Amino acid sequence: MISLMYILMALLMAPFLQGIVNRTKAFFAGRQGQPLLQSYFDLYKLVCKDAVYSRTTTWIFKASPIIGLACMLAALMFLPAGPYPALVHFECDIILFVYLFGLMRFFIVLAALDTGSGFEGMGASREVFFSALAEPALVFGVATLARRAESISLSGLFGPAAACALPILALVAVSLFIVFLAENSRIPIDDPNTHLELTMIHEVMILDYSGPDLALVLYAAALKFWILGALMVNIFLAFIGLDGPAVIPVFAAGMIILAVIVGIVESAMARLRFLKVPQLLVGAGVLSALAFALVLRLNG
Amino acid sequence: MSFIFVAFAIWMASAFLCLLSGKHNAFVRIAGPAGVVLGSLAAMVPVITVLFSQATLLFSCPWQMPLGNFFLKLDAISAIFALPILLICPLAAVYGGEYLRHYEREKSTAKTWVMFNLLVAAMFLVVLAGNGMLFLLAWEIMSLTSFFLVMFESDKESVRRAGWIYLVATHIGTAFILILFALLAHGSGSLDFDGFKSAGYLPVTAGLAFVLALIGFGTKAGFMPMHVWLPEAHPAAPSHVSAIMSGVMIKTGIYGIVRVLTFLGPAPSWWGWLLVGVGCVSGVLGVLFALAQHDLKRLLAYHSVENIGIIALGLGMGLLGISYGNPVIALAGFAGALLHVFNHAVFKSLLFLGAGAILHATGTREMDHLGGLLKKMPRTGLAFLIGAVAISGLPPLNGFMSEFLIYFSAFKGILAASWSFAAGSLFVLGSLALIGGLAAACFTKVFGIVFLGEPRTAHAAHAVEAGPFMTRVLSLLAIACVLAAIIVPFVLPALGAAIRQIPGAGDCVAVQAGVRSAVQFALIGAWSAAAFAAVFVLLRKILFRRKSVAAACTWDCGYIAPTPRMQYTSSSFAEPITVFFEKVLRTRRKFVPPKGLFPANASLSTETPDISREKMYAPVFAGVERLLAQFRWLQHGRLNLYILYIVLTLLALLAWKLR
Repeated sequence: MISLMYILMALLMAPFLQGIVNRTKAFFAGRQGQPLLQSYFDLYKLVCKDAVYSRTTTWIFKASPIIGLACMLAALMFLPAGPYPALVHFECDIILFVYLFGLMRFFIVLAALDTGSGFEGMGASREVFFSALAEPALVFGVATLARRAESISLSGLFGPAAACALPILALVAVSLFIVFLAENSRIPIDDPNTHLELTMIHEVMILDYSGPDLALVLYAAALKFWILGALMVNIFLAFIGLDGPAVIPVFAAGMIILAVIVGIVESAMARLRFLKVPQLLVGAGVLSALAFALVLRLNG
Repeated sequence: MSFIFVAFAIWMASAFLCLLSGKHNAFVRIAGPAGVVLGSLAAMVPVITVLFSQATLLFSCPWQMPLGNFFLKLDAISAIFALPILLICPLAAVYGGEYLRHYEREKSTAKTWVMFNLLVAAMFLVVLAGNGMLFLLAWEIMSLTSFFLVMFESDKESVRRAGWIYLVATHIGTAFILILFALLAHGSGSLDFDGFKSAGYLPVTAGLAFVLALIGFGTKAGFMPMHVWLPEAHPAAPSHVSAIMSGVMIKTGIYGIVRVLTFLGPAPSWWGWLLVGVGCVSGVLGVLFALAQHDLKRLLAYHSVENIGIIALGLGMGLLGISYGNPVIALAGFAGALLHVFNHAVFKSLLFLGAGAILHATGTREMDHLGGLLKKMPRTGLAFLIGAVAISGLPPLNGFMSEFLIYFSAFKGILAASWSFAAGSLFVLGSLALIGGLAAACFTKVFGIVFLGEPRTAHAAHAVEAGPFMTRVLSLLAIACVLAAIIVPFVLPALGAAIRQIPGAGDCVAVQAGVRSAVQFALIGAWSAAAFAAVFVLLRKILFRRKSVAAACTWDCGYIAPTPRMQYTSSSFAEPITVFFEKVLRTRRKFVPPKGLFPANASLSTETPDISREKMYAPVFAGVERLLAQFRWLQHGRLNLYILYIVLTLLALLAWKLR
């Protein structure tokens, strides 16, 4: 029951986080900012609109948003909330979880190439490169958590932690935060604000989408933000060792705080040069590997 | 057993008929593939029986060769490796019948069908042989027939060169296998495999035998750095031949390693580590070199190296599971490796046959000359897409299921008590994740550049869909990618029967339930994503009711005259990755920069030659040639002196005998 509630919460609240991020950025820029519910208005507006397709595109272009959203929905089924296990959990569901993101990316990249546009090809090329480097970091991070919790199911990773596990959890959290920023195309890896720069990754890949298709793409992106963000909030929950019904509001608050942090990072930092991004991602993998070494030391 | 002999008789008869009817292409076109199909159907009966009943079929009779009998044995291991042979070869043959029509005006296709039938028979005999001598005979027939098949277009210089590289490489491998069997026979006194099993080798002998097997069979399988022949031979061969060589034949190398493992007694941990190391190197470098290629078939050949690496990772985890006493890890590792053998056979042959259809339609393998083919070849495109998703290891297809099992064993390894094993498992996980990410990058590149966007040249613009047989074979293989994923939970018992034969893996079967439940859930989870997608298709229909849909030009930021040349190419798509891994790939660039105010000529071409061929084999072979060049004076072309050599040799032998 609770796990179903979490899924519902994710589905309803995911676009809200975008509003928080934007509000935070507006606050730092001294602006009033958009309404908090702007993402919902945008989605509604797009759903009501007609669609325009490029003559170059094929059915891949129309199938990709559907597949992406389906992957996120499936991934949501494996996502636990603190000590509460997910709707579906089994040994090694981690890999299915990670690979569902892979499937979504595969089709978004294909849709970008489907338009035949040089811009979108460029974004696609960068996306596959960075995600290929982010994937080992993500797997290392999750493997470290697995060794700590002695479970290889995503739902078992976030049990209460001993105090000595703090440096481990902190390292993994930093590493996963970098992966989270990269996967969600956030500063310092990518800039979600400007559309038509040569520096874009995600935004440029979806340049040709319009109407309801764009709404699906944006909603799937919001879910992706929620799901990967929830991993970090879960690490935090594991650290404070909370249990019982209080977990639900704390989890929701954690998600909002995470969105605020993303907004702060985005206000305080500039985007990295592209040549530096791979180093950052490899660094994230190294941090997780380091955390793994620490787990080995501590747990024997 | 009688079905097996019927199968061999059909293959031989078909080969013989093709040989006799040299010029009648219309007859050969039917008789060649028909022989392959009928023979494979006949042979399938005992293989399926063995897989389901877990029995062992034996046939033995004395023969002229020393050290043992003519011995055929069909057990669970043989059956698992025979299955892809008997499934893929007939499909490739049906496809080949249509594919080769294109060449019939220029040359007779009879010989290739002779060789094709013999190759199928030889591959089947390799996995059946229960005697070292018989095995080597079959192995050699397999190597030679495939060599002749590669040389189909021997009027091209590049094909001849590729053929020679293959011939040399495969014989170097065979030399190691010969030494291996001599070593094993020395310990047991017979060349029968059953004798090897009961010989009880010393650890030193066993270790040496394992290394010999890894080099000898690894050459056929395509482990880095013994893989040099793959990227040469696969592009040179006709596509249906590449499909069975890459999909099926290289797996006989894996079969050899697994079979030898059953002889050698419990594996010490360094064997597992060695296999894991080889697997990581082959997997990561294989996919990196694949990314740097722009010849479609060469790229696919490097992906075979990558997938063989994944199989080696699975076998390595299996061996480590045994030596660290964890049957779950052993079972998942071995099962993943064996499944990947089958799965790779399915999707790799699908991709090679798809590449053949593209080559057929456009006349080029150069990806940067293609584009927009999905509109011209919708069925080929859909099948190719399914193959691409499967080979990238993405859910919900078969590639994901076998990689899932290998991941499963590595994740179990993370929890192991031994810290070195846990750290090694983390290394395996990292390699698998990197391989997975790069493979997805590589296949988005292939599919995106070849099938999507606008045609880059006239070759691609005038492409037409492949013929009915070719597209049907492709569709069947695409369906097989789906089915092979769904049946995984049901075939685990058959895999268990094979894995049990590996020394030390006896208790693997007892832990099957845990692995099985994980696999079932993974399958359900993966297909639930597909189910969601199906629901969303309906949802999308509803959303688009009463909406106007307009068609327009691709939005290129206000630019008004986009041309196909402005699209990203395969080289530019992969460029960030190839630059990042420059130290390994050593891509060569020829760049003519644009000059002046109105630049007329500017060009860039890149080439990524194989590093182990350039840095390892080329110097060695050059050295050997220099050494042997000193003996050239012996060979001067004067017949009378040659006869003198013979007489002197005979005299020397006589003197030695009389001594």
